[in-house]
Amino acid sequence: METSLVHEIPVDAARRSAPRARAVSLIGPVTVAVGVIWGILQPYRLTILHPRGQGLWWLVAEPPLLVATAGVVFALVVAKPLLADLEKHDAAAR
Amino acid sequence: MLPHAEMVHWLFATGILFVGLCLLCEAIVGQEVWRARPWRKYLWPGVAFGMGVLLWPVMAFFTNSSIHMYAHGSWAEVLMLAGGAELGLVHGRLTSPLWRLTWPLAFAVTGTAFIVHEQNSWLFARSAFLHHLIGWTFVIGALVPLALVLRPRSVVLQACMALTIVSVATMLYTDRDVAPVFDHLSPLAGAPHR
Repeated sequence: METSLVHEIPVDAARRSAPRARAVSLIGPVTVAVGVIWGILQPYRLTILHPRGQGLWWLVAEPPLLVATAGVVFALVVAKPLLADLEKHDAAAR
Repeated sequence: MLPHAEMVHWLFATGILFVGLCLLCEAIVGQEVWRARPWRKYLWPGVAFGMGVLLWPVMAFFTNSSIHMYAHGSWAEVLMLAGGAELGLVHGRLTSPLWRLTWPLAFAVTGTAFIVHEQNSWLFARSAFLHHLIGWTFVIGALVPLALVLRPRSVVLQACMALTIVSVATMLYTDRDVAPVFDHLSPLAGAPHR
């Protein structure tokens, strides 16, 4: 019996469904989200919102922004190539 | 021109958070995939070693007593030792897994230095509370890298190590030079500056 439903799971979908790949791809965005939520809950810790008269260090060291930046750097520099390697590794194992 | 001490803590917290995230990823994907690209295996040991180097200027410019200087100096030494040993291990220069004992040593020395150099009680101010909390977290958390020496492939232990480091970063982010903790602030601590 044949059906018109999906015959083959696309590779992308298979990758997304892999729990390890999903976990790795979530770490960066979750870290960014934590930084953004922190900034919303404690806006007075973001001197960029009221930069007049602030010294250099108060503009550089803003904890919610530092958390979000760590998340962005991690997602782009570490997680993205790591996901490609994980996909290659899983494909080679199949 | 020098930043406040709390800002230095936040900047170090960012480096520590990054190391924690890398360790968490390594625990999830496994060592084989993590080391698929040569640069990646040096990433978090290199950042750890770099933070050890950067602790020296912190010791020189931010310590206002002998005991603070000893504490920051000992952190610089043990972090450079552990980061350097890890770099040697991933590069293949060092082969004995016993070099990984440098991590529990670094945790124990760091924790002890935190506890010893904080002269005030837990509820004196937020920074005092955090010094005690981070100190005890490191002292108790030293059991995790110690267990990892015995069971280096354990995913649970690797994840515990990563989460311990992320929790230390979180504590450092909450540090302020003068701020209350649970509505307690000793009048001897001074006035909160913002």
